[in-house]
Amino acid sequence: MNTMQTCCNTTPTRSATQRVAEGPTFAPAIDVIETPDAFRLIADMPGATRENVDIEYDNGVLTLHARITPRVSDDSRFARREYAVGDYRRTLRIGEAIDIGRIGAELVNGQLTLTLPKTEAVRIRKVPVTGG
Amino acid sequence: MKLARRIPTASPFDLFRTNFDRLFTNAFDPFETNGFTTQPFPALNVWMDGDAVLAEAELPGMKLEDIEVFVVGDELTIKGRRTIEHAEKATVHRQERISGEFTRVVTLPVEVDAAKVEATLRDGILTVKMPKTEETRARKITVKGA
Repeated sequence: MNTMQTCCNTTPTRSATQRVAEGPTFAPAIDVIETPDAFRLIADMPGATRENVDIEYDNGVLTLHARITPRVSDDSRFARREYAVGDYRRTLRIGEAIDIGRIGAELVNGQLTLTLPKTEAVRIRKVPVTGG
Repeated sequence: MKLARRIPTASPFDLFRTNFDRLFTNAFDPFETNGFTTQPFPALNVWMDGDAVLAEAELPGMKLEDIEVFVVGDELTIKGRRTIEHAEKATVHRQERISGEFTRVVTLPVEVDAAKVEATLRDGILTVKMPKTEETRARKITVKGA
């Protein structure tokens, strides 16, 4: 059963009203785990802090976003440059009912953990069988 | 426009990655590398800043005690182990994050003072500050007039 899928996994489109992003945007690497009660999403977002992370859940679509300020000037004398730094953005569609009021988010050491509890109705219940 | 997506880097760890992604309909995996990797982990940026050489690596979720940093001569080594554990009864739908042991050795552009190397880890970013040795520091040369 697969209820969480990626969609719209591209650089966000810019509209005239949107603030134009200055640098590149990256899709953070994620793990998605399902337990009987909840989905857990862990995203690698090094450099993200509580202040610059935005998480939105709207009508089954979850969006992670973090604004990252460049740490090094582009003009620096690089001896080695293997990665670029920029904002994070990723959108996921969740095909199962989520208890919105109980969504939990924790950001520790640049690692974001989201807990998305399933609603009562969709939880698989184990019914104890009693016998004589 | 710059490349807008980063290929996660791994070497041996990719072997442990599982392709749950294939189960997803319409799943577009930007990190699909077909089992081959092109870059070592972690990716490193190294630059000069005045009298120091700075190196930076992204190691989200890691603690300083999981990482070893040392400098010998003009070589910087970053070693560590990233452990990712999920609850036993959990179903893994997607696994893109890299785990396992890693070692990176890079040659620095100039010789640095190994005794004065400082490493900090903040918000998942490791920064190593390596002051240049006296000999390699830029010196101001007085130009004599005629």
